[in-house]
Amino acid sequence: MSALPLAGKVGLFFVALWIFLAIFGPALAPHDVGAVVSPDAFGAFSARYPLGTDYLGRDMLSRILGAARFTIGLALVAALSASVTGTTLALVAATAGGWVDEVMSRLMDAFISIPSKMLALVMVAAFGSSVPLLILTAAMSYTPGAYRIARSLAVNVKTLEYVQAARARGERLAYIARAEILPNMVNPMLADFGLRFVFVVLLLSGMSFLGLGVQPPNADLGSLVRENISGLFEGAPAVVMPAIAIATLTVSVNLLIDAISGRSTRAVEN
Amino acid sequence: MDALVHVEGLRVVVRKESGGEVPIVNDVSFSIPKGEVLALIGESGSGKTTIALALLGYARRGCRIAAGSIRIGDTRVLELGPDALYGLRGRKVSYIAQSAAAAFNPMKTVMDQVVEGAIIHRTMPRAAAEAKAVGLFTALALPDPKTIGARYPHQVSGGQLQRLMAAMALITEPELVVLDEPTTALDVTTQIEVLRAFKKVVRERGATAVYVSHDLAVVAQMADRILVLSDGEMREIGPTGDILVRPSHPYTRSLLAAAAPQPRVDDTAAQTTPLLEIRGLVAGYGRVDASGMPEKRILDGIDLTIARGRTVGVIGESGCGKTTLARVVAGLVPAARGTVRFDGEALPTNLKERTREQFRRIQIVFQNADTVLNPAHTIERILARPLAFYHGMRGEAARKRIVELLDLVKMPAALAARRPAELSGGQKQRVNLARALAAKPDLILCDEVTSALDTVVGAAVLDLLAELRRELGVSYMFISHDISTVRAVCDEVVVLYSGCKVDAGSRKALAAPPFHPYADLLISSVPELRTGWLDGLPPRMAVEAPAPGEGKPAAGLCTFLGRCPVRISGICDRVAPPRRELGGGKEILCHHTGDELEALQSAQAAKATSRQRGQSVG
Repeated sequence: MSALPLAGKVGLFFVALWIFLAIFGPALAPHDVGAVVSPDAFGAFSARYPLGTDYLGRDMLSRILGAARFTIGLALVAALSASVTGTTLALVAATAGGWVDEVMSRLMDAFISIPSKMLALVMVAAFGSSVPLLILTAAMSYTPGAYRIARSLAVNVKTLEYVQAARARGERLAYIARAEILPNMVNPMLADFGLRFVFVVLLLSGMSFLGLGVQPPNADLGSLVRENISGLFEGAPAVVMPAIAIATLTVSVNLLIDAISGRSTRAVEN
Repeated sequence: MDALVHVEGLRVVVRKESGGEVPIVNDVSFSIPKGEVLALIGESGSGKTTIALALLGYARRGCRIAAGSIRIGDTRVLELGPDALYGLRGRKVSYIAQSAAAAFNPMKTVMDQVVEGAIIHRTMPRAAAEAKAVGLFTALALPDPKTIGARYPHQVSGGQLQRLMAAMALITEPELVVLDEPTTALDVTTQIEVLRAFKKVVRERGATAVYVSHDLAVVAQMADRILVLSDGEMREIGPTGDILVRPSHPYTRSLLAAAAPQPRVDDTAAQTTPLLEIRGLVAGYGRVDASGMPEKRILDGIDLTIARGRTVGVIGESGCGKTTLARVVAGLVPAARGTVRFDGEALPTNLKERTREQFRRIQIVFQNADTVLNPAHTIERILARPLAFYHGMRGEAARKRIVELLDLVKMPAALAARRPAELSGGQKQRVNLARALAAKPDLILCDEVTSALDTVVGAAVLDLLAELRRELGVSYMFISHDISTVRAVCDEVVVLYSGCKVDAGSRKALAAPPFHPYADLLISSVPELRTGWLDGLPPRMAVEAPAPGEGKPAAGLCTFLGRCPVRISGICDRVAPPRRELGGGKEILCHHTGDELEALQSAQAAKATSRQRGQSVG
């Protein structure tokens, strides 16, 4: 980790901070997440309310600490299931080859052609918004992308001589996929996972901004922006702060990924 | 004497990840008079390419020229700024790289790229540059010098591309030409034409050159003086003849010894029980048609027998199908026709139908040790897998066996915890071999096991193979493009050309005619370790290898027809050649009888000897 460039260190710091806040945020919050604590709506920064107050006079810092858990938790679960599903299917397709690969890849191509926002809107319209549904929708939208990346990695690794050597040894396909191919595609897949995490954060925030995401009384960072959108004209911090929170989260994850994947390619070059 | 190139106290360092700097070239000084060719020779990692690149004022990424001075003509190379270096490179000093295929842009015609240097440096207008390029093409003995420039790089053969690269380097009439292993990637039969062309051009134009190579025999033909390097230090410098005949440094002596491998076989252990029998094998790649024939046929009607405890060499140039043959036996490529029998039983050509026991008894050792070990696994895990897989050996027993295996391939047990990236090329190849041995196989398919290794390391691996054969009684199929390696380890030799077995016989039969015309070409193309060998060769030995995808004779006819110097028109281009048994297990696929070939080839050899004698007198 000492070899991380400065941008990577900044990314790592913010990612660690956000993970910490997602876990311990509600415990650290100065006020109750849902409590109206101030008579002022859209209050400015103050010692009592460090990030101001929202449109009902709730403490913005507490709101954000509460919302971070939803945004990060949902995105993490969805991105993780997308990456794991995508990688597993890709390994099956790449090692089996032939018609199995052909059928799976064409199915995924069909999936990838559905815009993720449209899919999410249709799903919410059909089944109503709920946390499991949001996770499922996000995971479904990003599995094909992860699959495509993982498959191309796996197909490349599969042609390498150490995999040929394993085949000539008489190894079963499952062993080849698990022990020979998978360890050599973990690094790029981790980078891809980070990217998908960011996409899911943006998708869920977008859904919440439209009022179709996480439903009150719960709120994620996207819903905070939406709730306080009328404060935009008053220059209230309440609308800017959750937006900044989304920005720092996504940008820092990106910085971290770039630093890590850059490092792994350098290691390969050496 | 006033030297053209003068290098003094050159030191190049590489930055370590921990911060410090380690020298990879240390205190190297030499000078080259105008018109002389100096060879830099050494193993990989000896710093020869680093020195060659420093002559262009260039250090590879992570490296730095730390001290010393380089003077070429009046230019002090190391004091130049980036702009001045642009003016130097390609103009005063030019570079010919190892792989021309990688150095040419596939999207531009050959001519565009050959004249590029002259146009960038504005030494002459384009029309004049093109005229000059055609002159160089003629001098380099390229076919159709007037029109070859209009082709794209993929439309010419590898040997031609390497010569085109020489034309590219010479177009600006540089003061110094740096040739970095220019023929290493070529087949011997192609190498000879390229060497001849280089030598002619260098001599005619009086060019000063630095020739980087690991191959002493090649250098003996090209260089006036040799500088021997190891570990970035100068070991010895002197005229070529002296270095070859009276080497003073022990390292040079070890290089010379490794360049002429001693036979490692004893003929006493002659067994005849066949272990592997291949009959009428046809195999290839691509879509399979209705009759089961693949689109691109690589092997055609191969017969081959390996007796227990014997080593059979398979030799031929790149693309002749020798690797495919090993892959068919290993089950990685299905056979379209023919049978493969192993220890009396028919061997399924499909991986899925083979039993684990069959897998265990045939092990394949791939060519490239850099890619054949999984970079994510430790050496221990790599060796533990076949033990667990074939012998169910786990825990303490496996650990003990791994230490034994490492000891067998002469590696310290402490290396077991390392990953492949932390080992040297020779060590990786030993692990590769140890993994095959872990299965306790009866037959090991060795695919070019020494070709990626330095001569000295390669010789050690060959010794190891011979020792294992004596002790464990394994049989080998030994695939190589290098005839001297095959001579050193094999009992019998099979020569493949374009997927056909054209010549087969014992190791002794490989030493004297008659040969199949292709085998003759192959044998006489191997450079000998003495000066003047190249000049003593007959002017043209055979028609050049055709560019990829061209000039393959019609099905059924002799595949060597297009290049054969002794073909009989009216017979060879009409009728398929017969397989002639010449006694003593020797067989040849040719229209000429054994006696005819013997007469032709003995006459040729006598002529070459007399020419050389004439030369050494004059």
